[in-house]
Amino acid sequence: MTTWTMIITLSKDVMRIVADQDVVPFRNRVKECAVKIKMGLVNQTKLITAASELGRNMLKYASGGETLIEIVTRGRDNGVRLTFKDKGPGIADLSLAMKDGYSTGKSLGLGLPGAKRLVNEFDIKSEPGKGTTVVVIKWANG
Amino acid sequence: MEYNIPKLLQKKKKNIIELWITNQLSEAGLREDLISNEEIRQQSEELVDSFVSNLNQENIEDVNSGDFDGVIEILSGISITRARQGFSPRETGAFIFGLKEALLQLLQQEIKEDKETLYQATLQINRLLDSFSIVTFETFIKGREEVILRQTDEITEISTPVIRVWDGILALPIIGTLDSARTQVVMENLLQEIVETGSSIAILDISGVPAVDSLVAQHLIKTVSATRLMGAECIISGIRPEIAQTIVHLGIDLSNIITKATLASALKFSFQSLKLEVKKVQVVKAVV
Repeated sequence: MTTWTMIITLSKDVMRIVADQDVVPFRNRVKECAVKIKMGLVNQTKLITAASELGRNMLKYASGGETLIEIVTRGRDNGVRLTFKDKGPGIADLSLAMKDGYSTGKSLGLGLPGAKRLVNEFDIKSEPGKGTTVVVIKWANG
Repeated sequence: MEYNIPKLLQKKKKNIIELWITNQLSEAGLREDLISNEEIRQQSEELVDSFVSNLNQENIEDVNSGDFDGVIEILSGISITRARQGFSPRETGAFIFGLKEALLQLLQQEIKEDKETLYQATLQINRLLDSFSIVTFETFIKGREEVILRQTDEITEISTPVIRVWDGILALPIIGTLDSARTQVVMENLLQEIVETGSSIAILDISGVPAVDSLVAQHLIKTVSATRLMGAECIISGIRPEIAQTIVHLGIDLSNIITKATLASALKFSFQSLKLEVKKVQVVKAVV
């Protein structure tokens, strides 16, 4: 986890996701940030897909929460850091939730593991009954 | 001297209307482009009339009194029309606050000596008019929301056209985010059109979908399965390179579905499976 310590935040933006129609504006905001740091098209798409995946997860399982969109820098690298914080039921078994094809809802079960594969850094903390926090970073040339 | 506030206001109705209209007309942000002076006068008279004639000693303390239903109805009507006409919330708010201003001005003129009564009356009028302002805002926002809802419906309607590109081939370009509600519309339109035209191939073009996450993919897979149940084949086209990479990383399995990069190649594939051939015609000069 040493790499996380040298990260400097350049800009910060808080958005709430509490309804289906909040996901698209949130995704657009993420895209704006990605464009600002000149992220390539493929990485941009990966980032906004992960963002949309995690945002929808939060909406579905915790009926919404708060997101933090940051432009961060680490040495010569620029990136976008997204934090998803909810006060939902939490995840009882994290390793199970991170497995492909596992879902407590009726979805494909690719949200969490898929999002992890789409970003460069992925950190999830969850406490049953209290909520879940997911932090991801996508570097511009990562 | 005892004051009867409702009686006083009824007697001075004309003055209130004049004061209020003067207030409105002197307002810097008066929207002459949206509303005429006559309309302002008419709306103001109607509202003041309904307000003072329904006001009495009992309900002046009770903002929830049923006596004010008529006033609230007129007020809601005015704010909804204003919302649709494109007034800003500030302008609509200034309208009703102007009435409060006029009423307070009048009370001040009439009850000069008795400070205690003036204070009480001011409080009562304030409370009443504040609750009217809240109604104004609620209905104003409702009016705006109706506009948005209507537009949303319209977008959903126009954004999912089913095109008959060839005899037996349907194309459905999807533009924007594919959520559950839109998938429903897409699927309904597509399946209906398959029945009506007897088509055997449907092309779903996702060139206009900005991102394909697992939810969108799930919706696509459902649409394809439903089409197959109807006995038609479904091709997904318009998969851009970055979308392809994302789908692979996300771990979505679309290998059971025929996918093409462009609508053109999907069409070519459809022609092949329908045993159709597109050829350049050789021009042969007619022999005389």
